[in-house]
Amino acid sequence: MSEIEFLNWVRGPGFQIATIIFVAGVIIRFAEILLLGRKTNLAEAKGSEMRSGLRTIVTRSFPDKSTFQRSMFTITAGYIFHIGLFVTIFLFAPHILMFKEIFGFGWPSLPTPVVDAMAVVTIIALLAVLTHRMRDNVLRFLTTKEDYLVWLVTIAPLITGYIAFHRIGMTAPTLLAIHILSVELLLVLFPFTKLMHTFTVILSRWYGGAISGYRGVES
Amino acid sequence: MSASLDKGINALKEQVDSSVAAFFSSCVHCGMCADACLFYTETGDPERTPINKTEPLRRIWKSEYTLLGRIGKMFGLTAKVDDKLLTDWETLVYDSCTLCGRCSMVCPVGNDIALMIRKTREGMAAAGHAPIDLIGATKRAVTIGSPMGVKLPALMAQIKHVENDTGLKIPLDVVGAEYMLLLSSMEIMNFPEFIEAIAKIFDKAGVSWTIASEAFEATNSGIQIGVSDIAAELVQRIVDAAEKLQVKTVISPECGHAYMAIRWDGPNLVGKAFDFKVKHILEVLDEFRKDGRLKISGKEEQRLTYHDPCQISRRGGVIDQPRNLINMISDNFVEMPDTGKMNWCCGAGGGVSSNERADEIRLKVFQRKKDQLDAIKPDAIVSACSNCRIHLEDGLEEYHMDIPLISLTETLADHLAED
Repeated sequence: MSEIEFLNWVRGPGFQIATIIFVAGVIIRFAEILLLGRKTNLAEAKGSEMRSGLRTIVTRSFPDKSTFQRSMFTITAGYIFHIGLFVTIFLFAPHILMFKEIFGFGWPSLPTPVVDAMAVVTIIALLAVLTHRMRDNVLRFLTTKEDYLVWLVTIAPLITGYIAFHRIGMTAPTLLAIHILSVELLLVLFPFTKLMHTFTVILSRWYGGAISGYRGVES
Repeated sequence: MSASLDKGINALKEQVDSSVAAFFSSCVHCGMCADACLFYTETGDPERTPINKTEPLRRIWKSEYTLLGRIGKMFGLTAKVDDKLLTDWETLVYDSCTLCGRCSMVCPVGNDIALMIRKTREGMAAAGHAPIDLIGATKRAVTIGSPMGVKLPALMAQIKHVENDTGLKIPLDVVGAEYMLLLSSMEIMNFPEFIEAIAKIFDKAGVSWTIASEAFEATNSGIQIGVSDIAAELVQRIVDAAEKLQVKTVISPECGHAYMAIRWDGPNLVGKAFDFKVKHILEVLDEFRKDGRLKISGKEEQRLTYHDPCQISRRGGVIDQPRNLINMISDNFVEMPDTGKMNWCCGAGGGVSSNERADEIRLKVFQRKKDQLDAIKPDAIVSACSNCRIHLEDGLEEYHMDIPLISLTETLADHLAED
């Protein structure tokens, strides 16, 4: 297989397969959760479940001062790499072109040097997160193999993308193919790992907020 | 109550619903719940990280309710729940958690971890892995009617004392009374002043109330140990009495989990909405305040602070009422750092105080409360839960701190304006 053929496969059938697994997997996971249902609460409500649930989806992004002080590293590094991932994935001009091809519409991008710098920041933040995970008592205890796998498939597209953009080491088509392949790996593993929290966080925050709000406590 | 691993596993299966599935799907092992839990912060033991306490429930969710987990189970790859796991987890789930729910307030993905631990207890208890002391308390609650073994004659004796001291009649089994008061065994045995305070306040407020001889116990061991059937039976006794006496409102006393049991879990346990209201005593007193039925004279001069009982504030929604009431009797009220819905647990709720095995750790984690108190140095602590009160007194003594504990209801009664 020539490098162009390799790139074409990765961009074509490879990407299609990964996308199908991703979409089908996410739908299955959502069905698994939602079909379980929840019993109607018979206690007289003190507040609205819906309003409190929706509110918590937003407010849980902003910890109170004391919580921030206690978990400063986790919160700060978490913010940086989540914003970094959003910027590098969704605000990089070539990525937006690709989304435009798929969805038929695009959106404004950030200047490439900004995204480039953001990629470096994100990679550093993820390395810091990993180091913290391996050194911190609680995190080392909680961490499973899956958590390391999730970390790896998250940082991989950032690194391969960075290398491909700067054309380091290999020819452009091969570097691009490797980058896309790393994204496909992420897509395939996404629905079956902790990466699902990207979507399920909306459900869990809603439920948490609803349970608390029903009793009249803003969470 | 015969227990077996199968029953435990079935009980855990029954606990998984869409909220639990969403919670487990979202947890990214960030560890922030550890920083929110006094059983971790004061011991530094990572096993006591709140989300780790839910491991038995997580395994059941994974192996029974996820595609990947079920495939893994066929090949023997998904982790199982066995007696060894439940034995190992018993002290985490019961001795190192008060179900205070502080973790639930900080989890960045919104998981109600305390609820997940509460649900885990259902499986633990059904499998026979609940603490022996809680099993004993639960048996007494079912057979005698009180976890501490307090029977009606004991209550009658206390009532007689109160009547002699106050000259007021304590109404018993009055049909059609507006309020039916529940009591915790702790109040009957250790704090009969509470009954006295209610008698005085309700007399001045001019409202009718009663105690039901067939259902005066407010506490619910079934909730603490995690056996819904028993919890439901205990709630049903109250429902029957309230319906028989045709009262409008049932009052949950100064006891944290009793409020959770009757106000929030009660209707769901017995499977029907109540025909009467359930209110915490502080909610009732705050209504009296608003209606001008609670008239106060004189103020406490000492520097007061309020310890929010977890099940009443964070888990119960009664947060503003105690503050409104304290402000009636004090110009010198000061909040601890981390207060209201973010208050730190005293360390003895959720069955921990009824579990002798946990005595050492509950006093160790009291250090958290000590730090909170050291920051503001109050002259006295007001609270609204007898269990918190007993444990706070215990902890203060252990740490050589001389701060008196006072009940809000009793303090209000002391300040009732004379006509």
